[in-house]
Amino acid sequence: MAVVAAELAPPRSSRAADLRSFLLLAVLCLPALVPLAVVLSAVLTPEVEVWSHLLQYVLPEVIANTIVLVVGVSLGAAVLGTLLAWVTSACEFPGRRFFEWALLLPLAMPAYVLAFIAIGYLDYAGPLQSWLREVFGSSRWVPPIRSTGGVIAVLTLSLYPYVYLLARAAFLSQGRRAQEAARSLGMSAARAWWRVVLPMARPWIVAGAALVAMETLADFGAVSVFNYDTLTTTMYRAWFGMFSVNAALELAAVLLVFVLIVFAFERRARAGLRFATTRDLSQQAPRIRLRGARATLATCFAAVVFGLGFFFPVLQLVLWVVERAAMDLDARYFEFVMHSVVLATSAALIISAASLLVAYLERHHGTLMVKLLVRIATSGYAIPGTVLAIGIVVPIIGVNNTLQSWLSAWLGPSAPALLLQGTLITVLLAYFARFLAVGFNPVESGLNRITAAIDEAAVSLGAAGFQLVRRVHVPLLRTSLMTAAILVFVDVMKEMPITLIARPFGWDTLAVRVFEMTSEGEWERAALPALAIVLVGLIPAALLTPRGEHVA
Amino acid sequence: MPHRTLSPLARCGALLALGFLALTGCSRAPTELVVYSSRNEQLIKPMFDRYTQETGQAIRFVTDDAGPLIERLAAEGKNSPADILLTVDAGQLWQAAERGLLQPIESEIIKTNIPAHLRDPQSRWFGLSVRARTIVYSTERVDPQDLSGYEDLADERWRGRLCLRTSKSVYNQSLVAMMIAAHGEERTEEIVRGWVANLATEPFANDTRLMEAIVAGQCDVGIVNSYYFGRLVRDKPDLPIKLFWATLAGEGVHVNVSGAGVTAAAPRAEAARKFLEWLTEAEAQAMFAGANLEYPANPNVAPDPLVAAWGTFQPSPLNVAQAGELQAAAVRLMDRAGFR
Amino acid sequence: MWLELHEVVRRFGTRAAVNGLSFQLERGAIGCLLGPSGCGKTTALRCIAGFEPIDDGVIRAQGVVLAKRGESIAPEKRHIGMVFQDLALFPHLNVHDNVAFGLAHVSRDERRRRVEELLTVVGLADRCFHYPHQLSGGEQQRVALARALAPKPDIVLLDEPFSSLDSELRERLGLEVRQVLKRFGATALLVTHDQREAFAVADVVGVMRDGRLEQWATPYELYHQPATRFVADFIGEGVFLPGDIVGPSAVQTELGVLHMNGGARWRPGQRVDLLLRPDDVIHDDASPLTAEVCARTFRGADFLYTLRLPSGTQLLSLVPSHHDHAIGERIGIRIEPDHVVAFERKSS
Repeated sequence: MAVVAAELAPPRSSRAADLRSFLLLAVLCLPALVPLAVVLSAVLTPEVEVWSHLLQYVLPEVIANTIVLVVGVSLGAAVLGTLLAWVTSACEFPGRRFFEWALLLPLAMPAYVLAFIAIGYLDYAGPLQSWLREVFGSSRWVPPIRSTGGVIAVLTLSLYPYVYLLARAAFLSQGRRAQEAARSLGMSAARAWWRVVLPMARPWIVAGAALVAMETLADFGAVSVFNYDTLTTTMYRAWFGMFSVNAALELAAVLLVFVLIVFAFERRARAGLRFATTRDLSQQAPRIRLRGARATLATCFAAVVFGLGFFFPVLQLVLWVVERAAMDLDARYFEFVMHSVVLATSAALIISAASLLVAYLERHHGTLMVKLLVRIATSGYAIPGTVLAIGIVVPIIGVNNTLQSWLSAWLGPSAPALLLQGTLITVLLAYFARFLAVGFNPVESGLNRITAAIDEAAVSLGAAGFQLVRRVHVPLLRTSLMTAAILVFVDVMKEMPITLIARPFGWDTLAVRVFEMTSEGEWERAALPALAIVLVGLIPAALLTPRGEHVA
Repeated sequence: MPHRTLSPLARCGALLALGFLALTGCSRAPTELVVYSSRNEQLIKPMFDRYTQETGQAIRFVTDDAGPLIERLAAEGKNSPADILLTVDAGQLWQAAERGLLQPIESEIIKTNIPAHLRDPQSRWFGLSVRARTIVYSTERVDPQDLSGYEDLADERWRGRLCLRTSKSVYNQSLVAMMIAAHGEERTEEIVRGWVANLATEPFANDTRLMEAIVAGQCDVGIVNSYYFGRLVRDKPDLPIKLFWATLAGEGVHVNVSGAGVTAAAPRAEAARKFLEWLTEAEAQAMFAGANLEYPANPNVAPDPLVAAWGTFQPSPLNVAQAGELQAAAVRLMDRAGFR
Repeated sequence: MWLELHEVVRRFGTRAAVNGLSFQLERGAIGCLLGPSGCGKTTALRCIAGFEPIDDGVIRAQGVVLAKRGESIAPEKRHIGMVFQDLALFPHLNVHDNVAFGLAHVSRDERRRRVEELLTVVGLADRCFHYPHQLSGGEQQRVALARALAPKPDIVLLDEPFSSLDSELRERLGLEVRQVLKRFGATALLVTHDQREAFAVADVVGVMRDGRLEQWATPYELYHQPATRFVADFIGEGVFLPGDIVGPSAVQTELGVLHMNGGARWRPGQRVDLLLRPDDVIHDDASPLTAEVCARTFRGADFLYTLRLPSGTQLLSLVPSHHDHAIGERIGIRIEPDHVVAFERKSS
């Protein structure tokens, strides 16, 4: 702890301090590094037979699929999120106040639920095409929902809020001055938007799109509902179908290559993040008041996205709950909600606190090694949950067995049986490995906005070390920390595989309930826990927006 | 940095650590049976509750997919708290047995109650309920006279009329594995290629959607597990679809099992055996299968009346263990044949 | 006339930020709107630039209507350059690209030549590839000016361009900016609340108050012949001395009868306040008139004394610094009435 507090002093650098903080960081990131080590160590014992099969028949198509999906969803989310963020942050139109908040809500909706509902409605047998057949006699001309376009659309609708959140923060802090400057130099409003407003927000947009890309890489639920083959589904196929967990881990290593590419993109964009924040142009710009057709267009646009991404899916869930799942609602639901909330809250607190510490270490001792370590530690976000869960749970079981053998040697047969793997520690460690990136990104960009001058001013006034953090940084970082905590909270609420494998006996959560229902295809009965996840997720989303002006 | 300034941080850390320790499961009740189950809670918990009620034997369980559960069992080794592994597919049990995670149980009761083809030849696991995977057809557009075996769906006359679930489904994987057992890889690959050529649309992610597509007229025949059909017609009895008892290599309907075995390191192997024996007896069998409209593994127990109404069928006599043995080969075969 | 505002009104809700503003600016002249914060000067500038619509009146440039009620040419079509208060340099572009930003329509060679010329004039030729955050405040200021001048705008608007700089830099840069503007023959309008800045840069200054122009004149006139009491008060130092008109240009005060030049509009008997600048009150040991020193500020070349008359009225006097008098001392003074201006006394 002494080391920790020392790191909180204003920047200074010595070789010893650098080394010390590197070690501290390594310990801190350990839970996130272990599963990656497991993944990479699998490469040492290649499953030659499985691989030669995969290379010949599976991987060419699957890798192409993965690239198309990741590029499509990232671009889609970037365009949708940026447009919505700009319209709600720079313009005034009927319903703007509502949509500003409501457009975040799809974040609380698990992507697989959206996928299932979309297919239910839009597939050949669904109500829309049935109606079209009744009216026109045929619906063959309707583009199939179970297609590449369909899966991209659904994932885009469910993931765009990441971009929306970050881009909105960028547009709000940008003010309208830059655009005015461009216009005084002879540029039309539209061209000024392209040449100035958009490029200035680029670092944030790309940061959001990178999160989207990682989520897309890791997604199993939604792509399975679409039967769209990606690297992730291939991992499951190798593991569950060909009984080769090793091949699955090796495929995860391939996936890490994709993550590196995403990081490289993000890094290039983020290089701009620093300069883009140095001059505060925050003078709140007046909103552009949209009128007539434009106002209607803006309202419709926001309403369509909100409707498709949140309102109608929730409506469908409600209908299912009323129709079928009411019978499942019993006193235990209180317990499920409690378990979910306890896990999500603890994970949110731990991960945002750790993110703060990691961000500090990176800020004050940003050696190449430290930056690399942080990058590695946050790449777990892109690894599919089940693979990551195994990567963290199996080593913990190893630790447990070692402790057990020591304990037995010491106490003999009366030694209590240890069960680390079935404890909340394990669950939280695994969440840590998976969601560190989610918490770290907003905290890091928030910290970047605090200049060294602010630190120095505070120190000169006698607020150093822990005081500096408490009295200066925490208040300044409040919204960033809130964003981090809330994103983690919502993600943990939806998380399934880690919770399943590592939860203590009887510690069922809402996500576990969704699994119980969907594992035998009873999607309608899964509506109740899914709806509960959405509703609980609404609470933090509600906290996020009203003052979201300075988010991230 | 003076020491006192970090005390708040240090105190927080200490509190957190204490909290975690308090949450750690440090010991387990030595008499409680522990079940790792990939059969979901609402299908098994009633059985556990009933058994506890009858015998006083307490049971704890975790649910998850079989894959992670088996990895967990393997990692836990001799320290595993689990006594029983329960799955919804014979292949997973076969794999667990192959990895030495299950122990043989010699039980006359089980041998009597469960037919040999639903048991591991080495007695490490056995089926508890039978899941028949067969042909479903549109009563409006298909004459059941035209239907025969799974192999026949590869025939050209079904071009553009067939719907299949994804090859990622373990049920299709075990069906194809059994076809390999019956016909060999070469012939099976021909059949699967024929299926793929006959597809009316991309494979579905689940059986229910597949049947809805048949009802809507997107295709005419498909292959589904009988209980999905049961669930659908329980809600909407008038749908124009029906099950046809298909044959595999002319011999009977392809079946898979939901089954269980005692783990190799089971701390309470004896109690586990007793519970599994109880599960094979008439009352438990009716409950176990009935909860999900499956067929009881015990042939002396009648299925749910709704299920019985579909008529009786001859199950394929091939041992379900082969589904596990040939599953990896089946997956590769389907990859080669372009069955997604 | 190059730039002409006629009775321009801009309202926010019911409050008129600009309320009947009129002035004219000749080609090549540097004008300035000077006033306390909230007087509407920045709004006026934004109206001229086209960022705010106007509710009444008309704005013309070279006879062309830029804006009138319900009609407005887009900002980018006005050929008006602007230097913003916060500079608004584009953080994602380097110095060269910032300056070249408004030169999209020129050929590449021409663009490079123009940027080079401008950066040389503002003394930043070596900072071409730096980003704004790598520059000092003064350098950023000069980039902003070069950027605004690059497209050869008809008019350059400068909105409190020095407010983020320290005062020493402010004055030096003010002169520099004036030289640069004059060198390019630019017609410019500056907005500021700092009269020293205004006087350093502008040829003609308008003092604004509550959205109106109080006076539009050269700095010299503003100082010595303020048109209103507000201008007199706002510009420079000085005190008001009560008096009564006793003749066509004669005022009876406690310092005796003073004669103003050009005071024809006053009627005998009227009660007035005379504006006495510190340089109107001359120290003269020979004078019979004395006042007590009650405060003094040493300014290097001279002292600024605050003097108290027997009645308690205070005067300011600027005295060469070799006349060193202690507080409490009584010194002789004499009034140089040439520049004395009278205002009607408020009834209070």
